[in-house]
Amino acid sequence: MLLIRCPWCGMDRPEIEFRHAGAAHITRPGPPDRVSDEEWAAFLYLRDNPKGRVAERWRHVHGCGRFFNAVRDTVTDVFVVTYKAGEPRPPETGPGESQPTEARP
Amino acid sequence: MTAFRSPAGGRIDRSKPIRFTFDGRQMHGHAGDTLASALLANGVHLVGRSFKYHRPRGILSAGPEEPNALVTIDRGGGRETPNLRATQVELYEGLVARSQNRLPGLRFDIGGINNAFSRFLGAGFYYKTFMGPQALGGAKLWARLFEPAIRRAAGLGRAPAGPDPDRYANRFAHCEVLVIGGGEAGLAEALRRSEDPACRVILCDEQAEFGGWMLVEAPERADEMVKALSARPNVTMLRRSQAFGAYAQNFVAIAQQLTDPLATTDAEAPCERLWQVRAGEVVLASGAIERPLVFPDNDRPGILLAGAAETYLRRYGVLPGRKIVILTACDTAYGAAFALQDAGAEIVAIAETRAAPGAGDIAARALARGIPVLPGTTILGTTGHLRVSSVRLGRIRPDGEAEPSGGFTADTVLMSGGWTPSIHLFSQTKGKLRWEEGLGAYLPALPAPGQAIRVIGAAAGEMPAGMRSPALGALPVAGSPDRVKAFVDFQNDVTARDLRLATREGFRSIEHVKRYTTTGMATDQGKTSNLNSLGIVAAETGRSVPEIGLTTFRAPYTPVTFGLFAGQARGDLFDPVRRTPMHDWAERNGAVFEDVGTWKRAHYFLPRRPVDATASGHAAMHEAVQAECRKVREAVGLFDASTLGKIEFVGPDAAEFLERAYVNPVKGLAVGRCRYALLLNEAGFIIDDGIIARLAQDRFHVTTTTGGAARVFGMFEDYLQTEWPDLKVWQTSVTEHWAVIAVQGPRSREIIADLVEGIELSDAAFPHMAVREGRITGTPCRLFRVSFTGELGYEINIPAGLALPLWEKLAERAAEFGGGPYGTEAMHVLRAEKGYIIVAQDTDGTMTPEDMGLGWAIGKKKPDFIGKRGLMRPDLTASGRKQLVGLVAEDRSRVLEEGAQIVPDILAPAGSHAIGHVTSAYSSAALGHGIALAVIEDGRNRIGQLLHIPMERETIAVRVVEPVFLDPEGARLHG
Repeated sequence: MLLIRCPWCGMDRPEIEFRHAGAAHITRPGPPDRVSDEEWAAFLYLRDNPKGRVAERWRHVHGCGRFFNAVRDTVTDVFVVTYKAGEPRPPETGPGESQPTEARP
Repeated sequence: MTAFRSPAGGRIDRSKPIRFTFDGRQMHGHAGDTLASALLANGVHLVGRSFKYHRPRGILSAGPEEPNALVTIDRGGGRETPNLRATQVELYEGLVARSQNRLPGLRFDIGGINNAFSRFLGAGFYYKTFMGPQALGGAKLWARLFEPAIRRAAGLGRAPAGPDPDRYANRFAHCEVLVIGGGEAGLAEALRRSEDPACRVILCDEQAEFGGWMLVEAPERADEMVKALSARPNVTMLRRSQAFGAYAQNFVAIAQQLTDPLATTDAEAPCERLWQVRAGEVVLASGAIERPLVFPDNDRPGILLAGAAETYLRRYGVLPGRKIVILTACDTAYGAAFALQDAGAEIVAIAETRAAPGAGDIAARALARGIPVLPGTTILGTTGHLRVSSVRLGRIRPDGEAEPSGGFTADTVLMSGGWTPSIHLFSQTKGKLRWEEGLGAYLPALPAPGQAIRVIGAAAGEMPAGMRSPALGALPVAGSPDRVKAFVDFQNDVTARDLRLATREGFRSIEHVKRYTTTGMATDQGKTSNLNSLGIVAAETGRSVPEIGLTTFRAPYTPVTFGLFAGQARGDLFDPVRRTPMHDWAERNGAVFEDVGTWKRAHYFLPRRPVDATASGHAAMHEAVQAECRKVREAVGLFDASTLGKIEFVGPDAAEFLERAYVNPVKGLAVGRCRYALLLNEAGFIIDDGIIARLAQDRFHVTTTTGGAARVFGMFEDYLQTEWPDLKVWQTSVTEHWAVIAVQGPRSREIIADLVEGIELSDAAFPHMAVREGRITGTPCRLFRVSFTGELGYEINIPAGLALPLWEKLAERAAEFGGGPYGTEAMHVLRAEKGYIIVAQDTDGTMTPEDMGLGWAIGKKKPDFIGKRGLMRPDLTASGRKQLVGLVAEDRSRVLEEGAQIVPDILAPAGSHAIGHVTSAYSSAALGHGIALAVIEDGRNRIGQLLHIPMERETIAVRVVEPVFLDPEGARLHG
């Protein structure tokens, strides 16, 4: 079970207190009459699925209840950093740089 | 004294004899024995039949790595556990053990015929034989004929059929240091680290006693170390506790056996506990496992690992045999030889696979004891049906083959192929490994990021030279190696020939060889076989072992019971149950409950259980529901709507938030008024509905569906926190604060009128879709004039703790008026008669408000709301979408089946496109016929059409009608 640092509580807490909430930094486009079908479809359905570092939203649902963002490595499962919702992704946590691993069949 | 018990020595308590049975045969052992040591003391080596060939098998090891000696332990009363390793089962008085995988018995087993055909049962046999081309019926034959037969014949123990009567516990623990393994290295580490009293140390070991190999070699030292540790309050010592899984960030799962089998156990006490330990640092001192040697017929009972034999002798006082041949690739087997000789066994010979035996003078010491040492020698074969009786030896030639060089009679063969560090848990944490050529094994190299794990002792390769052997793979044979059966994986019956065959057929990666041959895939996870498999594949493909790769180690290290994971979460504790304040009243009054989410809701009421035994449950339910519906339409009904989700919104921007969240216009809603509201997702599809009631300019009471309450609340929280954090509004879930009593029917006003204070109830002062705050029977309440039945009706919101007396009073009055309570089934019928939808029954996540005929609810002038842009997508505005309609069967008494598919053509062939399906179907008491709601392509333009529902035995003709069956003008609402 992973330990996740809630940036609001300032504590490492066990994974079961949290709920994943999808990709972070997705902006809801608007107003509706100025948004193309393609733009809206991308907002609804298109997400990156990289091997390596991803920014995603989590909610400390069984704790303070608040949403925050996290940069996590999808290969090692390591949480690189967590930060409050609304804050920008820390620049040093750019995509990639995952630890290489051998491909497993 | 049993036949093979040594006269003295060992850790057993000879003053405490213990009776047990194995396959019904009564035997004796001692306190401190394992089942394996007790069986050996009774001269029993044959303990099981092998998985595939049903070959007789004996005890190979003395620990958790045991592949052969798997037994079923029956503790009575349904407490039956299959596939336990006899080497780990502690003996207790009255223990009942059974062998497995044999029919009718261990000594004669019908399945043994597989052995005769074993040449045809090699690697991939099942794939090649039964997965033939479809044209020959291959896959079908497999599924119908071969697979069931093979599954019956294969497998080891049988899972018990009844529920598990045992209890299981669970504990979370934190410590600075977790030491896994209580052998010499682990005990020393625990002692060193616990000198600091602030350092909490947990030490776990899978055995009943700490000490590991010291219990064989230096038990007094083990006792001293354990005593010193036990005196320290900062040390937690877990015996019988197998660390079976190691996870990210120093998190380790431990299975602890709690019932001390020697003590009288309380049947109510838990028998196992799952420890979930978060450690500052994990120290792995898991030791090493001896490797078998791969020679022809190396699997006969009586052939065991040399270290195991020494353990049985020195720790348990048991001689595994009297006439012993040893085959070894390292020095530790000499220790076993000397000890066994001292205990009275004859060591016939030590065959050394090495050309130059041993370090220092070890071979000379053997010779001095009169034990012949045969360098460069292997075993070419063994004989003996149920127990080894002789061995044929062979001299290893420089060309890698062997030539016969005589033989011996023997009742026991001991083998040692060197020792493999137990790195499983380190590898589970994704630590990097490195290949150590001189050890013929992998060693821990680098912990994974974020892991504080350190490996010490033999597990880290810190072993004396005598334990080391680089030799892996199969030993030389005389003639073709494909004509002999030299087992690599004992538990899955994989031979060296199978592995060679797999490589010849083109498998290169060990991952593929493993899956094709099943080597290392048994419940022992290849603890004794993996490295020999690697050695064979490496030799066959002319590559080094690291080039072949290593299969992944996964939890659990040894099998773990399902009960351990389930813990207390079973029966009533499996899932939380939510009950309304009226639950007990409903139960007393004959309610039959249904589960809605975690809620228990009264489905219908059977005030008098049917006395007529011939009346089926279905008929009784039908009758009850019809009666409940009639009461509501003709007099008054009471409905417990407490489970509805309820959210209170407060703040200057409360109206603005709801305006953006729901499709409806909310800002214009007057104080004291309600609105039926629809909630969409951003894609434009309906996900929930409810009532928005404005209590004050800045205060709203909003209801959600019962099942959607938590999800909707979470979704609003998301928008409030991350999308519109600037809005000044606070939402609070008040679902459990308010109980809700729906009073519905033409006489509903009459039964509440004199109980209500401070609210004028006349139709003019308190019209349909209005809300007031006041008192009822002196208690503060929120009174809604709303209806989900189409009748004049009220929903009384009253603090949950005060609801029951009011309900009881109303129930009394309703009965006087010829009314009574109704359940969720009647509620469904009543709302369907009015064409009111149930979200997630009449909608399926792809329905828009327009599809449901609810387009009127949308605030057309609003610049934005959740789902507005989604509704503009071309597919959602296209013609031909499915729309909500009503259906009545041409045979009007007919009640359709929910989910039934609808086609336009009576003769539509199977597989035709269905233009829609039935979403709700009931028998309507008010109308006297069956009614249904359905979603049908372009449905509103089909009103009046005749469509068809093909069922299994018939096709039902149905007429499309308006979805409102009763009182379309709504006259009854405004009584």
